[in-house]
Formats: sequence, structure tokens, C-alpha cells
Amino acid sequence: MIGFVLRRFVNYVLLSAFATALGYVLASLTLNPAARFLGRNPPIPQASIDASLRQVGADPGVPVLTRLWDWSLHLLTTGSLGISARGTEVTADILAKAGTSLRLLVIGTVLGAVLGVAVGVWGAVRQYRLVDKVTGYGSFVVLATPTFVVAVLLMIGATQFNNAVGSQVITFTGEYSAGITGSTWDLLKDRLVHLLLPTITLTIFAVASYSRYQRSAMLDVLSADFIRTARAKGRGRASALIQHGVRVALIPMSTFFAYSFGLILTGASVTELVFSWNGMGQYLIDSISNNDINASAGTILFTSVLVLISGTLADVLYAALDPRVRI
Amino acid sequence: MPDPLLSVDDLHVSFRRGAVPAVRGVSYHVDQGEFLGIVGESGSGKSVSSLAVMGLLPASAQITGSIRLGGKELLGLSDRRMSALRGSDVAMVFQDPLSALTPVFTIGRQIAEALTLHDRRLSAHAARTRAEELLRLVGLPTPARQLDRFPHELSGGMRQRVMIAMAIANDPKLIIADEPTTALDVTIQAQILDLLQKAREVTGAAVVLITHDLGVVAGNADRVAVMYAGRIVEEAPVHDLFASPVMPYTVGLLRSMPTLGAHRGARLVPLVGRPPAPGSLDAGCPFAPRCPAAEDRCRTSEPPLALVPEVGHAAACVRASEIASGQLPRGEVFPVPEAAEHVERVSAEPPVLEVSDLRRTYPLIKGRFLRQRAGTVKAVDGVSFTVRAGTTLGLVGESGCGKTTTVQQVLELAGAESGTIRVTGLNTADLSKTQRLSLRKDVQVVFQDPMAALDPRMTVADIVAEPLTVHGISPDEIERRVLAALADVGLDPSHADRYPHEFSGGQRQRIGIARALVVHPKLLVLDEPVSALDVSVQAGVINLLSDLQEQRGLSYLFVAHDLAVMRHVADDLAVMYLGRVVEHGPADALFNDPRHPYTRALLSAVPVPDPTAEARRERILLQGDLPSPLDEITGCRFAARCPLKPLLSAAQQTRCASEDPGQRSVAGRQVACHHAEQTHQLGDAAVVA
Repeated sequence: MIGFVLRRFVNYVLLSAFATALGYVLASLTLNPAARFLGRNPPIPQASIDASLRQVGADPGVPVLTRLWDWSLHLLTTGSLGISARGTEVTADILAKAGTSLRLLVIGTVLGAVLGVAVGVWGAVRQYRLVDKVTGYGSFVVLATPTFVVAVLLMIGATQFNNAVGSQVITFTGEYSAGITGSTWDLLKDRLVHLLLPTITLTIFAVASYSRYQRSAMLDVLSADFIRTARAKGRGRASALIQHGVRVALIPMSTFFAYSFGLILTGASVTELVFSWNGMGQYLIDSISNNDINASAGTILFTSVLVLISGTLADVLYAALDPRVRI
Repeated sequence: MPDPLLSVDDLHVSFRRGAVPAVRGVSYHVDQGEFLGIVGESGSGKSVSSLAVMGLLPASAQITGSIRLGGKELLGLSDRRMSALRGSDVAMVFQDPLSALTPVFTIGRQIAEALTLHDRRLSAHAARTRAEELLRLVGLPTPARQLDRFPHELSGGMRQRVMIAMAIANDPKLIIADEPTTALDVTIQAQILDLLQKAREVTGAAVVLITHDLGVVAGNADRVAVMYAGRIVEEAPVHDLFASPVMPYTVGLLRSMPTLGAHRGARLVPLVGRPPAPGSLDAGCPFAPRCPAAEDRCRTSEPPLALVPEVGHAAACVRASEIASGQLPRGEVFPVPEAAEHVERVSAEPPVLEVSDLRRTYPLIKGRFLRQRAGTVKAVDGVSFTVRAGTTLGLVGESGCGKTTTVQQVLELAGAESGTIRVTGLNTADLSKTQRLSLRKDVQVVFQDPMAALDPRMTVADIVAEPLTVHGISPDEIERRVLAALADVGLDPSHADRYPHEFSGGQRQRIGIARALVVHPKLLVLDEPVSALDVSVQAGVINLLSDLQEQRGLSYLFVAHDLAVMRHVADDLAVMYLGRVVEHGPADALFNDPRHPYTRALLSAVPVPDPTAEARRERILLQGDLPSPLDEITGCRFAARCPLKPLLSAAQQTRCASEDPGQRSVAGRQVACHHAEQTHQLGDAAVVA
């Protein structure tokens, strides 16, 4: 087992390195860091533009591959991803923003997965009945709606609720209220209230897609012989389906869970933007619009590491759920 | 007379709002401790009627009538009340024990579940102890260790034992076994049937055994009900049913079954046509379209199941009295088909296929993660046999013995890993590409599952023509030969533009045979060609194969697990065990006087559709399962399960354990056993007249 994990890990390091190098080259070829300095009034002298670019390792005079080499060497020796266009350390930026994203996303994903599985199973068991139709059409409506529309609708709803109640019960801009003071409990409560709407947004989308997959996985299992055996032993229909069916129907879902968790961490950009969260999604968008090569490449490295962790997680989860693939 | 344990009255089950009546008025009863056999082909309603007893039919099924267990009406009970009965009063054993066990739970947990569901106070520890006891009872070796294994880690026979352990866990009054041995090998089948009898003795339960195999019923049941098209058409004590069947369907079914007692080339009596599909029944007796004794009145109204006084049991046939009294002799109901004219052929031709010392190994890769080579599977480990021109070699053996691998190696027409394969005298290892292509014409194959082997989106004509297009033949010639091939296999050439799903199982297998024949091969490899077919249809396909052989001088390599079928078709027989041929010689010699203990055990395990013979014959029950082909075995590979070995002297036993027996010539055949001369010590059990 240890040998396997090691081999897998080496494999992953190579894959991450490859993905990041490609990302760096791509960012260098498409982004133009000098654009920020152009068109200013008064114009910035070429020499100081070059100096700034050299500082972030984006000197247009140096070939891209050489820059990649320097950047990688720097990363390996100091662990630093370089300086961002704003002059901050990219590594520190990413660590700070990843924490913010994680807080938002872990709850949303876990909640989405649990509810999604429940809704999917429910729909499968009641196939073609009202529940199945409602959840089915509901999922398609959600999946067809852009994230920001759902987020804005939630905001409108929250505002109307606040107006009706007459006080700011639900606050939804940023991670916490600016300048808040008080006991630890007050601070925690404030953060939780801020989490509410973005979490609901993420959960709605997760439930919509998980439930569709879970429904079809569950339908495969419904007519399985072992369900009939469980019933022949004396289990009622519902109990047989939950005790024996759901467990088996979760097996194909495990891969989907693991990978979507890795991707959602960077894929929640819109939600973060709408709710003004300084997370990874926003960071990626900002770094591209700022023509920031180091920050973009750093985000790509971050994402690839996440995807690979998810891959391992998927394998472990699969083996945990299905004894047939264990060693 | 005490009340019966189970009584089913006028049971009707239909699906799709009555459009598909699967069971149409079935009434039967089961007494305490009785063993009832229900026999029928696919679609006869035998499984549906028993699932109705269990209350396990889907909600879409419409059920009317009455099902009473111990006087209590079961129809209309809530799922909750039924659940309390299921597993405690009535238990069920299903056909495929792999899919019937939950793959993600250990068998210990699944047996304990059956116990705790009906006794909430049972502690986890007590349940586990009882589960272990049950596993010991059903004969699983080292039961304590088996408890923590998962279903996929057990063999088919062991899984079925686990299913039976679960069924008897709560001492049920009634056990329903739905085709419990159909997915198993003969020797394992014999073990499981034995175990069912034991389970019945231990628990005192009545058993309802549902099967398509009259042989299985003959040796086990007290009473038999024959089902056809959703109704019981004949019901009788087992001896009466086999001795004096009255319903022409039963008569035909018994005569269409291949038996070990027959001789090579004996004509089977096929039932023409196929069982009607539920929902497409015409007025009148549903068997009338296939019944040679049908009269006009048979086609107007359906006869009820009524007592036939002459024989003292019930049958549903208007001509029952005529048949029972002998006015219409049973032998004349179904005409025996004429055999094709036998043409003497020169037997000096060289063998069509010679396989010598063939070996094929596979690396066993274990683990989804580690991908390590955990050993070598010796799928085929030194196999030699010969198919003489114009004859049939039967290749028999249980699953996992290497039959399929052997056949694949032959069909590949490429050099083997080790050993040689000669087709029509040519060593397949030395062939050039063009030679190989032209040799492919000489070797054709017919597969087991006629549905899976035919492309559902191609017309029959295209399917049959495909081998010809490969060999570059003109379209006119192709059409001529396709139509001729269809006619040869007994299909209407005007159906050439239909699709496979429009044909019945037997007809589809004929399409498969036509496709093989169209290139005029010399050798036909038949891989379980009839095992997926209903009994009444099998006979027709077997007869067709015999006729084609006679007419064209074809050679067959006939792979099957059904020894009774082999008795009818094989000239020579090769018995495989764990990658080796253990006995190879003329079929008559092997069937009449098997010399390898394994051949003897295999023959004795075949159930015979004759209760008297079944009661008389001694069976050699093999212990345990086939060893894993991964094991390194010194000495004889059959020694661990050999019934002869314990009868031998210590010195002889040592030889079995230390020295691998090679093939040697004994009594006109090749046997791989050191003590083949002493096989008679096992008794004459295997030979059934």
C-alpha cells in the first residue's frame, strides 16, 4: 500500500509540474503585463516599465522558456511563486484566499452531496411519480440558470425578508461585517450569517447535478437481485432500498464526488464575485484581468494539486465503498 | 386430512394493466414437509407464481385469487405484515447467487441480518455465532473465517450454500427455491440438491423447487406440477408423472430431453414451435399450435385441469383419457423425425484438428492500486486431443476447467504459447497471413448465447453473408449461398430481411449455424450451442446439427457442460479438469465404463429424468470446489477431491500426492490416473441404463 501511495505521489508531482509549466507558458504568451503601464498620463518611462516587469520575471526580452526555468527554479528553491502585479507574494496570497474559499465551499459541497444523494434516491424510488417529476424538472431549471441569477434572486429575497422583519437579519456582502466588534460568539455568528446565501447558492447547484447522477445510479440498483434477496429475508421495501441499495448506488458516485470537490474550489468564481468574497475564484479572475502571469500560473498549480488530491481521494473512497476492488 | 401448509387458489397475475397475463388461474397446494417440483420453460409463469407467494412482485402486477399459508390469507397483506412472514415462515433461494447477495457486505453480516430482522433482541455476538453454525450446517469449510469474506470471494457453489443458510436461518415452514442450480456445474448442482434435502430434513420445511430441468425434479420432488403458458397443465406424484404422463406437452418434454441412457445418434423428438409469449394467446389450448395430436376442439376452448380417472392424476387435455387409456399411445403422439441418410465416408482422412500439449497461462494482476503480479493462472496446462474427420469430439468439464481458453486458442489460428495446434494438418504457428485467412473458412464457430452473438441491427441476410464478404465473393454468389444456408438450417429464406429479435431463441441459434456454414467449413466449433435454449427447443437444434454432419461430413468440436447432450452427439469425448484432459477416448467407452474417477463422478452427478433410476442410483458426491488454477499442485490435480483416493492403499495414495499422472492408454482410451484400473471400486453408479 505504501509503495502504491509513493508511486502515485511521484506520478502526481510530475503531472502537476507539467500542468503548471504549460500554464505558465500559456499565461506568458497570452497575458501582457506591460498593458497596465500603457496609456497612463503622464506616460511612464520605458525604463521603469521594464524594471517593473523584470521584478515580476516578465521581461519581454527574455525567451519564455528561460523565464519558465527561472520561475520554476525560484519556486523549487524558495517555495515562492513570485511577485504579483500588485507587488505582493503570490504564495501568501493563495494561501490566504484558499482558506476563505475552503470555508465557503466545504459546507456547500458536503451539504450539496448529502442532499443531492437524498433527493436522487427519493426520485429513483418514486420514479415517474410527482416527487420524481418535481425534482427532475427543478434540477433542469436550476442547471439551466446562470449562477449569478440565482445569487441575485437570493439577495433580493433576503433584502425583502430584511425589510419585512425590519432589521438586517441576513447580511450577504463579504465574509464579515466591516468593523464588527464584540465577543467571539458575535463574530462567529456574523460570519455564519454571511455564509448563508453563498452556501445556499452553491448547494442548490450541487444538489441539482448530484441528484440526477444519483437517481440514475439508484435506478440501476432498484431491480437488482440482492434487493429482492433482502426483501425475501424480511426487509420492507424502503428499508431494503436504503440498507442495501444506497450503499451500492454510491459506488459509482464516489469518483464524481471527489473530482467535483477539487474543481469546485476554483469553479465557484461567480458566487465569490457576486457575494464579494475574496476567495480563489475571484483571485483567478483578478489575476487574468490584471495580466498577472505569476498569479495565474500559481492558481493553475493550486488547481492541479487539488485535482490530483481529489483523484487519490476518489480511489480511496472507491475502495472503501466497494470491497471488490480492494487489494 | 390436515390443512395444507400452502394453498394457492385460482391465482391470476398480470402486468401492464392486464395486457400481459403471466399466470392464468393456477391452483396448487403444498403439504407440511412436502417437496413439490414446479417444472416449466421460460415464460411459463413458474417464477411469477412463486414470487406472488412471497409477495415480491412489483407493484405494477395485478394479482387476484387466493394464497393461504397455514390457513392465513397472504394476498392483500400490507408489506409490513408480509415482511414479518418473509424470511421467517417462507424463505426463498434464488437462481444466481452472485447477483442475489449484496456485493458490499460480508456474508456474515448478511446472514446475521436475516436473523436479527426477525429477532430484534438477538445480540450481534449471538447472531454471529448462529451464522457460523448455519455455515457449518450448509457445509462451508472453516465457517468462522468465511463470515468476514465478501460474496465475490466465494465460488458459485459456496455462494448458493450461503443463500441456503440464509433461507433456513429462521426455521421456515416453506422454502421456495427458484432454479437454485441452473447457474452451477453438475457436480456442484448435485451437492446443492443434496443440501436442499438436508435443509428440508433439518428444518422440517416444505420445499417448492422451481426448475426447467425434469432430471432435477425426478430425483428430489414428491409431487410435480408442469406449467405451460401461465397454467398448470399436469400435476402428479413424481413416479406417476414420469411413468404415465397424459398431457401431450409433458409427453413431448420427456421425449425431447437428451438422456445419458441413450445411444450416440439416437434421434431426439423435438417440439416444433416455441412457447407462446404471454399476452399473445389465442383462444383454445395454448399448446395446440405445437401439439401433433391437436384436434379442432382444442383450438376453440381451453381445457381445464381435471382429474384423469385412468391414471389418477390431473391433466389439462381434452384427449387425456385417450392417452391415459392407451387408445392414443404416447409414443405416437410425437413422430420421431427421420434421420438424414447416413453416408459412409472414408475415415482415412487426416484428423481435422490435432491439439497437442497446448498451454496457455495468464498473469494474475491483483489490486486496483498495486497492480502487482500475484501469480500465474494456468488456464490450459498441457491439453491434447484430436478431432477425427467427420466426427464429433465432445469437450466437457466444469466452469474454470479451461474449455473456453482451449477453444479460443484453436480459433485464433495462431501459434500457441506452448504446444502445437494443427488444423487440417497445417501447424497454425507456421501460417502466413493469406494462409491464415483461407484457413479461417475451414474453421467456424457457433456461440452459446444466440441473442448476444448476433448484431441486432443487421438483417439475417447480412449476418449470414458477413463471412463471405470477408473472403471476397461476388454479390450474386453471396445471395445464392445465404439463401441456401438459411434453407439448410430449416429457416424460411423469405425471412432473410428480418432482424434477429423477430426470431425465437432456437431460430436465432439456427441463424448462428447458417452463418458458420455459409463458407463451407470443415470444422465447426460449437461452444455450448444449446445450453441457452429451452428444453423443448434444444432437441430440434441437436437434430439439425446431426443432420448437417451426416450430409456434409462436418467435424465438430462440441463444447458443453451437459453430459446428456454429449451422449447424443459425441463420437469421442475429452473430459477436462483444471486445465488438463483427464480422460479422452471413444464416447461409448467413456460413458459405459468411465475410468477416471472424475469422469465417473461427473457422470453420476447428472440428474436423470426417471425417478426410479434416480432412487436406485448411487451418486458419487465430490467434496469441495475446483481448486484455483493459481495453485501449484504436485502430484495429481484431482487428488484433493478424488473419491477413489481414500479407498486406495497408503502407498498408492502417496503416489497420487507426489507424482503427476500422465496420459496412459487404459481400456481403449487415454486416462490421466495412476489407478484407473481400480476405478470400479467406486461402484457401477455412473452407468445408468
